[in-house]
Amino acid sequence: MTRAFWLTDQPLSIDETVRHVTRPEAGAVNTFIGTVREFTEGKRTLQLEYQAYIPMAEKKLQQIGEEIQARYGNAEVAICHRLGRLQISDIAVVIAVSTPHRNDAFEASRYAIERIKEIVPIWKKEYWEGGEEWIGDQLETQPYPSGGPGKEDMV
Amino acid sequence: MSKILFFAGLQERLGAEALELQWKGKTIAELRQTLKHEYSLETIDAAMVAINEEFASDTAVVQEDDTVAFIPPVSGG
Repeated sequence: MTRAFWLTDQPLSIDETVRHVTRPEAGAVNTFIGTVREFTEGKRTLQLEYQAYIPMAEKKLQQIGEEIQARYGNAEVAICHRLGRLQISDIAVVIAVSTPHRNDAFEASRYAIERIKEIVPIWKKEYWEGGEEWIGDQLETQPYPSGGPGKEDMV
Repeated sequence: MSKILFFAGLQERLGAEALELQWKGKTIAELRQTLKHEYSLETIDAAMVAINEEFASDTAVVQEDDTVAFIPPVSGG
């Protein structure tokens, strides 16, 4: 089996991600699929570009998998993230979590996407009708108050 | 020499993906000051920092051959 945490400039496969976590002990496989949104606060996005600090980003995705196993016990996690130019509705990220019971799978996939937005060095550049901009932290949810990782994230 | 990596807006502002600086024995905080004032990277204070692919604090001291990365607020997902 290939790695369960990876970045690629090729289209993401939901099936491949799910295959990583499918197993006899699982009674639930939950997926989260992040896609490119056309309108953000009335502004029209034409396309996106994702850039990453690839070796660190893959390590941090793996760390999120380990955090989920520590929090939820019997859980398997796979996460892949797209890099490069993406069009509207393209898949940017796929998260798959399997657990024996559904509640943990739902919660853990939520945990994974929130954590990606905190500690994984991936950046999105939006190309609007009138220009382009690298996007900073997305405050849709509550990030670290300082906008960065806490002491517990440092070695 | 230490390799200093830049991403996203910092990379565009600098016009380069990386710098090589002799920074052994000096702190990340000192590096920020130098980058801010000598390389005009005014937004560097908003960036987190990683040494050898792990998050580090401003008090960390750079060792020989370390790779330091400045990580602007992330926006993956």
